[in-house]
Amino acid sequence: MINNYNFGFLDEGSKREIRRSTLKAVAIPGYQVPFASREMPIARGWGTGGLQLTLSLINKNDVFKAIDQGTDESVNAVNIKNLVNTTTGVANTTDTNAATIIQSRHRIPEEPMEKGQVLVLQVPMPEPLRFVEPKEEKTKKLHANKDYSGAWLVLFEKIIKFGRMTGGAAHPVMVNDRYIMSPSPIPKYDNAKLNNSQALILLGAGREKKIYALPPYTKVESLAFEDYPFEVEDTSKKKCRLCGVKGVFFDEIENEKTGEICYQCNDTSSCLKRLNKKESA
Amino acid sequence: MAYVAVTGGHEAIEESIKRLKYERFKKEKSLSAEEIEGTMRGLIDQVMSESSIYDEKLASVAIKQSEGSPEESVFLLRAFRSTLPRKHYSKIVESDSMEIERRISSGFKDIPGGQILGSTYDYTHRLIDFNLVKKEDLEFIQNWIENFNSSYDIKEGPSSLRLPKVMDYLRKEGIMPSVEDVDNVPKDITKDTLSFPTERSERLQILTRGQTGAVTALGYASLRGFGSVHPTIGELRVGNFPVYIGSPLEHIDAEEASYYIGDFKATEVESIITTTKKNPDGTKEEQFEIGYGICFGQNETKAIAMSILDRCLEIGGDSPTHDEEFILYHIDSVEATGFISHLKLPHYVTFQSKLDSVRKTRRIKNDK
Repeated sequence: MINNYNFGFLDEGSKREIRRSTLKAVAIPGYQVPFASREMPIARGWGTGGLQLTLSLINKNDVFKAIDQGTDESVNAVNIKNLVNTTTGVANTTDTNAATIIQSRHRIPEEPMEKGQVLVLQVPMPEPLRFVEPKEEKTKKLHANKDYSGAWLVLFEKIIKFGRMTGGAAHPVMVNDRYIMSPSPIPKYDNAKLNNSQALILLGAGREKKIYALPPYTKVESLAFEDYPFEVEDTSKKKCRLCGVKGVFFDEIENEKTGEICYQCNDTSSCLKRLNKKESA
Repeated sequence: MAYVAVTGGHEAIEESIKRLKYERFKKEKSLSAEEIEGTMRGLIDQVMSESSIYDEKLASVAIKQSEGSPEESVFLLRAFRSTLPRKHYSKIVESDSMEIERRISSGFKDIPGGQILGSTYDYTHRLIDFNLVKKEDLEFIQNWIENFNSSYDIKEGPSSLRLPKVMDYLRKEGIMPSVEDVDNVPKDITKDTLSFPTERSERLQILTRGQTGAVTALGYASLRGFGSVHPTIGELRVGNFPVYIGSPLEHIDAEEASYYIGDFKATEVESIITTTKKNPDGTKEEQFEIGYGICFGQNETKAIAMSILDRCLEIGGDSPTHDEEFILYHIDSVEATGFISHLKLPHYVTFQSKLDSVRKTRRIKNDK
């Protein structure tokens, strides 16, 4: 009754199926490819889509990095890293440049990723039109017909109501002038990194059973209007309290004693790198 | 309000897992998986049905490991299921081959073969039996069984009782319209994603592995008014089905080349539902339709609710219980509990982004 688990947890047949769907996703940038998502040892909604992509692709020579909300040390990132490590034995790293596969939730690393690297993003809600139309049967048709009036209307209504395009993370993007895609709940600040990315970006939604992809050097534009351009979170006037860098994505921190608000790099591994550099300089 | 990264994750997780084990151990009691298998039939049946894996031993271990939480047990078994290569599909099981232990019809008093109550909680009084506080000793149990066996002519092994189905009887009578067998290869929902509109084989698979509470609640909603299906139970059966697979070596379809690989207990329900049919000349006519429910183990409420939802989805319509995406996307235990529980993960990047947006909007308002 007791089984030894296969390399990468999933059986080889399942891995092959997932890779096949991934290839299709790479061939049609931004299109959501349905796949037979397996139940994983971590909960649905906790990164099972990303995990299936990672485990179907990973081999013994890979170096793996996991991030959750910008940090390698967050409990969920640690948990995913542990699982990948236990089922494959591959090396872990926190260094963005040293990793061959990076699985991330809600952030793209600050340090630019390069050719040959793979970024796997975990996706809770892959369908950018879901809030326009609750039915899958209909949203599939809207994509097929490139009927995106609903998606534009949502943005337009926000401008009418609030005077600007409100909405936080997961601002929709147009991929390769064809498909509107949810970039996963990354902050708007990260959207620019999707465009012309040197690294392959794979997005996996385990519960919703969809894989989609941005092959390297794909054109990705954030949805916006000529008179209401896309604007990212304001980071210009803030400064990291640890490494002093400006203009990256920050966590907001309140000093418990003084009540003062200060900022800290959200991407902890890049912050650490800068600190180490300062130290050795 | 400090949204600070949770650091030290590694140690925190390790300590938390230790603490969890402490919860399991702290009262200094332990059950073997065998004892769970021998005493918790109801929980095991529910867990196997929702996990769509039929293995009482494995289910017992999962129940032990999860301290009896059905949600966690199902999760463990489903994850284990993902690691198993699919080697065979079984041969079609004709459901009149069930070795019957229990069988009732609420539509007809006199059914061929008779009503067989079997074992059921239906007519027990739900009064707590305070004698159960203590463990029964083995001798008492063995005596009881011996006594039980000697008072009836009981043979070892599964029931050999096979009976014709009530529905077939009704079809012969002309009360139910007869239907052709559909022997299309069913779609396997664990290997293909759902696409809408779905096939009935897909719907039945999702319903049968649905979370018991969810299936029951939605079936109830339809019955009560958010839907239009009120069934009469034509037949409810509990018993065992033998399972055969074809010969893996030769391409022969002959009966002799099949291998018996075991059997499983199931609950099967065929509900009769009245619908109105419109004739081409505009007149209306009442007719009977069937709703089908089946699940692993003895899970009667779930099987009945499934038969209601099967019919609801067959008809389609605007009511939530007739909407296939509404039902099929939301009743899976692993999916529903997973996404609800993911709200416990930190969301500070997304929240920071939202915060930024709200502040900018306020600024615009204040400027005005």
